[in-house]
Amino acid sequence: MQLLEAALAGDRRALARLLSWVENGAPEGREALATLFPRTGQAHVIGITGSPGAGKSTLVGKLARELRQRVPRLAIVAVDPSSPFSGGALLGDRLRMQDLAADAGIFIRSMASRGHPGGIAYATRDVVLLLDAVGFPVILVETVGAGQAQVEVARIAHTVVLVEAPGMGDEVQALKAGLMEIADIIVVNKADRPEARQTVRALQSAYFGVTTTGHHGPRADEPLEVVAGWETPILQTAAIENQGLTELVEAITAHRQYLESSGRWELRRRLHARAEVETWLQRHLLLLVEQRVGEERFAAAVEAVLRREKDPATAAQELLAPLLKP
Amino acid sequence: MERKIRVLIAKPGLDGHDRGAKVVARALRDAGMEVIYTGLRQTPVMVAEAALQEDVDVVGLSILSGAHMALVPRILDELRQRGLDAVPVFVGGIIPADDVPALKELGVTEVFGPGTNTQTIVSFIHQTIGA
Repeated sequence: MQLLEAALAGDRRALARLLSWVENGAPEGREALATLFPRTGQAHVIGITGSPGAGKSTLVGKLARELRQRVPRLAIVAVDPSSPFSGGALLGDRLRMQDLAADAGIFIRSMASRGHPGGIAYATRDVVLLLDAVGFPVILVETVGAGQAQVEVARIAHTVVLVEAPGMGDEVQALKAGLMEIADIIVVNKADRPEARQTVRALQSAYFGVTTTGHHGPRADEPLEVVAGWETPILQTAAIENQGLTELVEAITAHRQYLESSGRWELRRRLHARAEVETWLQRHLLLLVEQRVGEERFAAAVEAVLRREKDPATAAQELLAPLLKP
Repeated sequence: MERKIRVLIAKPGLDGHDRGAKVVARALRDAGMEVIYTGLRQTPVMVAEAALQEDVDVVGLSILSGAHMALVPRILDELRQRGLDAVPVFVGGIIPADDVPALKELGVTEVFGPGTNTQTIVSFIHQTIGA
């Protein structure tokens, strides 16, 4: 494939087109990923998540500039939500990354979530794989403004940075499960505001003495041994004022070193690989079942549930039953 | 396979009036398009780079400063240098009628003045890119 060769040689336009194919799930995109897959697994993928308005985009822009002093190239994937009504989207993350435009070593791609609920798009994983394959050593993934349960970025990132704004709530919020748990690094942005100190204190007391084992946690069937725990640092930044960025870069670097020295880099790669196979298994399976069941039987099942003749679990089971006979 | 129309809405030049650009961006969003909105004070290089990296189907420029005859040729040139000759460009804003033929001569596909119905722009994009 000509475009693929060009993208590997550093042609940014070819890369942009390939990214569209991958994002759209086009056959050419699948083919490119299949060919390039052996080249993936090199990049350090850093997820940036947090609630809307916490300052993620601005922080990502500043962080990218800081990181670029250490790496020759860097990619940013910025996800914004799609409208549940029109399917359209307003992708505004570039707006806060203006000063990166002059840097040819930085490639920014905006993505709409396209109805996917986990804080990233369905195709974000594949877009990241492609960027990894063409040789970006660092990839920043900015999620949509995320709520408590939008934790999917942890399935594609090695390091997750959670961005909080001052006034996020009390200690109990910080103790809740979900988004807070997947953070490898917590950043209180807009730290020049007076409420920031209180937020930092609430987070510190919630995290005091907590040594996490990383957000993928060892499973019973994963024999890798944990060398040492990672203590989630709580940092303060004022991205617009360029404050706290060096410390953030140092924390990210330290986290990567921790992952490597503790064997967790390998573990995460293994878990990511498993997640990828699982995802595709589900996609293929769903397609297969849809084809085999057929629209007519599916519609009939929906009708039966609608008339309260059958409960949905039974209806689904009955649709599957004939497919499961040997 | 899911294919969405991707549009770059950019505001080159130094004037700070982005109301029009935002109205258009929102209308295109509501028409099911993915709009990359880059905000104020874009240089020609920034516009062209965004168009390239985002692989957009069409570029919309909002210019109210009167500098369109200076800015548009430079933007088209930057697009050309990146091999994006085939990407249609439309311009909105305050453009004197006398300048419209000159802009089209340069390669601008369409010019929309103040008061244009946003539906007209939506239809224009569908027609131009044939989707």
